[in-house]
Amino acid sequence: MLNNFQEFYNIIPVLLIGAGILISLIIEMYSKKSEVILPWFTVLLFLAAGFHALYTIDSISVVFQNMLATGGIVNIFYVIFTFGAAIVALLSIDYIKKYGTYFGEYYLLLQTSVLGMMLMAGAKDLFMIFIGLELMSVSFYALAGLNRKRLNANEASLKYFLLGAFATGFIVYGIALIYGTVHSTSIDMITSRFYELSSDKLFIAGILLFLIGFSFKIAAFPFHMWVPDVYEGSPSTIAGLFSTGGKAAAFSAIIVTLGVLFTGRIGNILMPYLAVIAVLSMFYGSIVAISQENIKRMLAYSSISHAGYLLIGLAAGNSFGIAGVIFYLASYTFMNLGAFGIVALIEGKDESNLTLKSFSGLASRYPLLAALFAIIMFSLAGIPPFAGFFGKYYVFIAAIKSKLTWLAILGVLSSVISVYFYLRIVVLMYFKDSEGDLKLDLSKTGLTAVIISVLLVIIIGIAPGTIINLISSFLK
Amino acid sequence: MTNNYLITLLLGVPLVGALLLLLIKKDKENLVRYFGLLVSTLTFIVSIIIYTGYDSAKGGFQLVETNMWISNLHISYNVGVDGISLLLVLLTTFLTPLTLLSSWKSINKNVKEFTFFMLLLELGMLGVFVSLDLFLFYIFWEAMLIPMYFIIGIWGGPRRIYASIKFFLFTMFGSLLMLVAIIWLAVYASGILGHFTTNLVELYTIAPNIPYGIQQWMFLAFALSFAIKVPIFPLHTWLPDAHVEAPTAGSVILAGVLLKMGTYGLLRFCLPLFPQAAIHFAPYISTLAIIGIIYGALVAMVQKDMKKLVAYSSVAHLGFVVLGIFAMTQESVQGAVIQMVNHGLSTGALFLLVGVLYDRMHTRLISDYGGIAKIVPVFATFFMIASLSSIGLPGLNGFVGEFLILLGTFKSPVLDSWWFAGFATSGVIFAAVYMLWLYQRVVFGEVKNPKLNEMKDMNKREIFILSAIFVFVIWIGIYPSTFLKVSETSTQKVIEQVFTPLNGEAK
Repeated sequence: MLNNFQEFYNIIPVLLIGAGILISLIIEMYSKKSEVILPWFTVLLFLAAGFHALYTIDSISVVFQNMLATGGIVNIFYVIFTFGAAIVALLSIDYIKKYGTYFGEYYLLLQTSVLGMMLMAGAKDLFMIFIGLELMSVSFYALAGLNRKRLNANEASLKYFLLGAFATGFIVYGIALIYGTVHSTSIDMITSRFYELSSDKLFIAGILLFLIGFSFKIAAFPFHMWVPDVYEGSPSTIAGLFSTGGKAAAFSAIIVTLGVLFTGRIGNILMPYLAVIAVLSMFYGSIVAISQENIKRMLAYSSISHAGYLLIGLAAGNSFGIAGVIFYLASYTFMNLGAFGIVALIEGKDESNLTLKSFSGLASRYPLLAALFAIIMFSLAGIPPFAGFFGKYYVFIAAIKSKLTWLAILGVLSSVISVYFYLRIVVLMYFKDSEGDLKLDLSKTGLTAVIISVLLVIIIGIAPGTIINLISSFLK
Repeated sequence: MTNNYLITLLLGVPLVGALLLLLIKKDKENLVRYFGLLVSTLTFIVSIIIYTGYDSAKGGFQLVETNMWISNLHISYNVGVDGISLLLVLLTTFLTPLTLLSSWKSINKNVKEFTFFMLLLELGMLGVFVSLDLFLFYIFWEAMLIPMYFIIGIWGGPRRIYASIKFFLFTMFGSLLMLVAIIWLAVYASGILGHFTTNLVELYTIAPNIPYGIQQWMFLAFALSFAIKVPIFPLHTWLPDAHVEAPTAGSVILAGVLLKMGTYGLLRFCLPLFPQAAIHFAPYISTLAIIGIIYGALVAMVQKDMKKLVAYSSVAHLGFVVLGIFAMTQESVQGAVIQMVNHGLSTGALFLLVGVLYDRMHTRLISDYGGIAKIVPVFATFFMIASLSSIGLPGLNGFVGEFLILLGTFKSPVLDSWWFAGFATSGVIFAAVYMLWLYQRVVFGEVKNPKLNEMKDMNKREIFILSAIFVFVIWIGIYPSTFLKVSETSTQKVIEQVFTPLNGEAK
């Protein structure tokens, strides 16, 4: 049994963010310079939590009366959330000034949403997952509609809230059914009785409802309707957070709850469900993205399609798949934050410059920005040697290992389709002359954030082995 | 062994060169050009050192380097050369500095980016030829698309965007199916060895034992990817578009090296990994190759655009190479390998010559020319040599390759019919028709277009580039054994690999 000190030490990443929220409140209330202090405080807070999570990655334990797990995979998720959020915070510094108004709540809500994600990834109990989910989601609803004067933002927020609440309903109902059959909400208990209960219709119904609820959150077809509108209406930086941290957190919740299915210890009874929505999401996302004229909507459909590739890893139902999904989430987080970061940099006042056409001829005016965006597009399209390729490679390996070769083949076909719309951006930037004169007031902090994301995309592409080894070592 | 890092050096020079190039200021265009030339020449020197270090009598993979890269999937940085890849490496490093030199004047826009992409392209092509790990091979194979895509898309002709996207999507479609097959192989190997592997040498012993039914699918997945790249009829439609729109340097590299990656892939992977399936499909693919030879020649005959004509002639010539590979005799495979080099040289030279005309007159239509023999005699001479080399005149390089291929095809046990060689021979005649007719229309006759009178003859730079190519055109034509010797043991080994498992177990 761990002593109390050790318990607290192991969850320092979570405690740090919790404490940070309180401190941020005080800064916002009492400091006249909060507009300057708060953003940098947030960035440092996230980095501190992230590095601590990396540092204590080996201290695997379960703390607080079997409520939270620490170390191992959990900490890897912490690192993804906090580093991702640090990039978002860095991007936001100049963006939210440009976007209209500055609100201190922005950074506060950023921190609460990350705390929610962390509780989801570390949860050892369904209630913990629920608390984390709500903390994250409510912060998200508020962040989406932060600028109350904008009609678009209001619509996004309301839409997100209504559909999100609907999805939460599914999850709660699922939890109720699971509790009714297992007589416990402890995830360990569910895991240990999974096999014997897998013939119980109520239990399976509970699991399916739970999964459907999270399918909303990961933006999988056919539960994707909110995605394009919400991404379009929200601030670009926040849309980046939805598509990365939000997605990663939802996947982490699925993995912690149903992990037993995916590590090959018992048959993957959910395979048909997961495979079908994987295929539908991939193709729907890739095909509809082709016809988009707004960059944020295009990225939204791309996000739906990536949810499909990620689900392949889960459908495969082996530890390779799980390692692949986590690796994919890590690389996807940095690619997509880079993409939304560039959108945030290019976006003009009053949401101008968001059509694909505004990227025309970007390479001749802003060569660095165009090169960064091109790398991100190639990576999202899954072309080596960038991180995105390795993510796909790992989930396809998992699928073929589980004799789901057909799923891998459908996956690559969808990749070919997606190449078309990712390359369209490259075509516009490099092969077309610019239309109108785009003058950008490039934010230095924002550009730094994008450069960091792209560097991470390249580094993960060069040395994927280290990361995948780290992940696999915790899955045994 | 002190030679251990030579291949890494070969890959490292263009990579480091490309990265250093980024530090040069954009407006110092001449510095950029000289730097690019220097880097690619250095790469050529490294490849010559590799050539001298390669023991062709011994054969097999030499100068091998292995470093574990992604350990839990047993993916290693595993590179080396054998006789076949060595020749193609030399071809690549030889053509790259020449193409950079050829675009000295014709590329004025974004010189720095152009040189950067050319060096990356060289890195990708070399990587494809030296990889001895399927995964590593795939990475180079795909990554190489990016620079070529930009070269066509930024510096290409009016329909460059269409051509570049078509090129990218065609290739990507094929190669992704190959990726699935590669993963399948790795997973299959893990069932036997206990760990994943994409190491080519290990797979050479495992893959031929894959059950026949699955082997066929694996063969098709690989072959489709390579067939698109070659291209084998009817998958060739991206080629004329890409060639016509690409800048001269792009066309030379595309025809000279990129297409060879497809035939190289067939020879290196399809045949030895899936021998039974390869033998089963050989007649079908050979038939397609012969359709390609005749179709390419007939379509080339009616082209109005010179570049398109040369592009379609590539379809025909590569048909010969594919036929040689799938006839699976020692002579035909040797002929195929030397023909890959030949085609790189002679078609490269033809594209360069068309580029010379285009730089001066800004048109590639055959009807705009005529009677330039008196105006530009040096050009006319060079054009003659290149055309004859492409036709396969004895004494020049093309003859050696085509002769060996036809000879090997006649006695091929796999194809087992003289029809194949018979029809293929007709392609040689067609080639003479379209090339000589082109030559006649462009060079001889009356000067109808008055603008032609002001045309300047080739300058020293252009003469140097083409002379360098012609040295090898004549060398291979007169004394081919310098080059045949290099690949002899290696092609022999491929043939052995194809036929051994069949004899070993009666299935």
